[in-house]
Amino acid sequence: MSGTELLYSALRAPDKIHSMQRIIERLCHNYQRPVRIMEVCGGHTHTIVKYGLDQLVPEQVRFVHGPGCPVCVLPQHRIDAALQLAAMPDTILVTLGDMLKIPGTQSSLQQARATGGDIRVVYSPLDALTIAQKNPEHRVIYFAIGFETTAPMTALLIEQAQQQKLANLFFHINHVLIPPAMEMILSTPECSVDAFIAPGHVSVITGSDIFTPIARRFQKPLVISGFEPMDIMASVERILHQLNHNEAKVENTYSRSVTSQGNRKAQRLMERYFEPRATFLWRGIGAIPQSALQFRTEFADIDAEVRFAEHCPAPAPESGHGCICGSILTGQAHPQECPLFAKQCTPTNPQGSCMVSNEGACSAYYKYRRDQ
Amino acid sequence: MCLAIPSQITSIDAETDMATVDTMGVSRTANLGLIDEKVSVGDWVLVHVGIAMTQIDEKEARQTLELYEQMIKADMENEAV
Amino acid sequence: MNNRILLAHGSGGRENQQLIQEMFVDAFRNPTLCAMDDASVLEMGTMAVSTDSFTVSPLFFPGGDIGKLAIAGTTNDVAMRGAQPQYLSAAFILEEGLELDVLRRIVASMSKELTICAATIVTGDTKVVPRGAIDKIMINTTGFGRLIKDCSVSRIEQGDHLIVSGPIAQHGSCIYAEREEIAISGLTSDCCCLWPAVKTLLDEDLSIHAMRDATRGGLSAVLNEWAQQTGHSLMVQESSVPLTQQVEGFSQMLGIDPYILACEGVFVLAVAPQDSARVIELLHQTGHNHAALIGTVTEEKRGAKTPQVILNSAYNTQRLMEFPSGEILPRIC
Repeated sequence: MSGTELLYSALRAPDKIHSMQRIIERLCHNYQRPVRIMEVCGGHTHTIVKYGLDQLVPEQVRFVHGPGCPVCVLPQHRIDAALQLAAMPDTILVTLGDMLKIPGTQSSLQQARATGGDIRVVYSPLDALTIAQKNPEHRVIYFAIGFETTAPMTALLIEQAQQQKLANLFFHINHVLIPPAMEMILSTPECSVDAFIAPGHVSVITGSDIFTPIARRFQKPLVISGFEPMDIMASVERILHQLNHNEAKVENTYSRSVTSQGNRKAQRLMERYFEPRATFLWRGIGAIPQSALQFRTEFADIDAEVRFAEHCPAPAPESGHGCICGSILTGQAHPQECPLFAKQCTPTNPQGSCMVSNEGACSAYYKYRRDQ
Repeated sequence: MCLAIPSQITSIDAETDMATVDTMGVSRTANLGLIDEKVSVGDWVLVHVGIAMTQIDEKEARQTLELYEQMIKADMENEAV
Repeated sequence: MNNRILLAHGSGGRENQQLIQEMFVDAFRNPTLCAMDDASVLEMGTMAVSTDSFTVSPLFFPGGDIGKLAIAGTTNDVAMRGAQPQYLSAAFILEEGLELDVLRRIVASMSKELTICAATIVTGDTKVVPRGAIDKIMINTTGFGRLIKDCSVSRIEQGDHLIVSGPIAQHGSCIYAEREEIAISGLTSDCCCLWPAVKTLLDEDLSIHAMRDATRGGLSAVLNEWAQQTGHSLMVQESSVPLTQQVEGFSQMLGIDPYILACEGVFVLAVAPQDSARVIELLHQTGHNHAALIGTVTEEKRGAKTPQVILNSAYNTQRLMEFPSGEILPRIC
């Protein structure tokens, strides 16, 4: 079997998917109420919605879309910081794709770019090095986003910038961490999540062991899953199996990429430059302790939040939109229950974080399920 | 969490720590700076934003597939009973 | 020896005349054009006309260039109406400083593509703008064609079969990678003149109701426009839509949906069911080897306010094929 078959097509085969569908139906056919399974990874949301896996599982299984998108959860004042930094003279702001459309309090990076802001989207963080090298007279600020998957990439960029002694490259760090968000969701009294499909690529970096305390403390099954349809279906099977046997442990169906310890080199690189923030505001959810990264103090000279502090607004209460993003992000409400969904709030005119990114729950539902 | 794609290494430049990788016939470069273990041409890696995150364990991949197939076979046998 | 476009080339004098003669007339040579009248008189019956402007960057890409696009794009639009593209106008806006060799290559490419379509350029215009006013070159072509069989969205009927002539998203993925300097190799534009294939179809008396080439916005734009304009929902079998492995790799890599990426050598047809097999057979015979039946025109979806394009997956689950909107951006998550 070729690599492409092994890693892609064999995990999408319709006959296998339908077999899993039957297995899942058998495992939950006598459930008195639906089991609610939350995924916290935009990639998992994408797989579920793109392949319609939520239509394949019986009504006793409900997928609940958690805060799986690192741009969805950035509070407005941090978007405003990006805008203010970009507006500084002789400054180039560099960031990754989805950041462009996120609305701050007044505007977005896309709108700022249309009015002359030098804002550049890169495919890889390392492209920031080239931009800094080619523009020695400019200040280049890399606006770093992403979960634990992407944080090591930023760290690699920083390491290379330091090795190359690039004096004009600075960094604004907005990396957020998933396990604290999962704990926060499970700690809320109204939480009705029965199990998690745990993130696949965050786990590649962190290792699967990081989730064991969560499974133990909250007594919920937690299955780390890959991103092909078969991976998700098998993870649902594992969850149901655990529930049926009153188990609550971490299982890993993505063992081809996820180990218990994770990528130690990536972890060391992150630890060299970053430390957890005491607290961080998640848009629509609120403050979660230890849930984001910041530079260690010895790197203050390249930390845009320190060097250009006057351009970084302080946290402020979010301007109300009337949307229920917070409830949607924590799995308590469904996009279609929001009064603004598909009316005032659409992908071209997003009101809240869930509609902004392609992987936001509302955006996915708008694009793929609007009239269903 | 994020979009990371299994890609096969087709060449390695040890000096720059860069590999050329192939994904379904489309080829591009990936940085190997986060990979601790030694990788070779023909190995599969997971690439996220142009940087390899980990080597993919093909043996594990095969075992995972076999496990899925066993699950399905066991279920079919149960049904037949 | 001068090798670049100068402002003088656009000022109506000797240099202008020399440029027109040596660069354009020589390459596009035909009696009508050589007469060099202010306007050309054409003999034709009921006529289809289409205009398009081309500004693609980069100018040269795997599988084509702006010149090839300027001819194929406009002749394709005429052909889609069921008309034989015959005569074109070509207007060039050139940036001062553009290398003449670059212009020569573009013009040669246009000449070659005209031969494939058996069409001629019968009138043209050249302007030169100061350096910086535009990015190297812009081309407008307007195409005129004799109507053979009137194919139009208004003729689409419920129950019609939807056929696509080849693998989608090749041009869009290629240009995206080139422009964003993502350094992905393995992608080629599908830019090509569709008239030879359309001619073969029109030569037989088949119930082809509508044709549209999928350019910007890709397959999704065509299908969503047809749904909106006809008031019918469309059902598409996802596994039937032809896709090269490379385009799939590209779309996986960046998280960009292939349905919204441009094609430049693919067209979609709405055909009465009894003729769809023959249409596909003829397309295969004319080199469009991956032409396939991808779906049908259905009734309005019950309860839907607007007609939709519904994708049926390999697992028989359904989702909407989104209408393209906003800038195309890679996703990281």
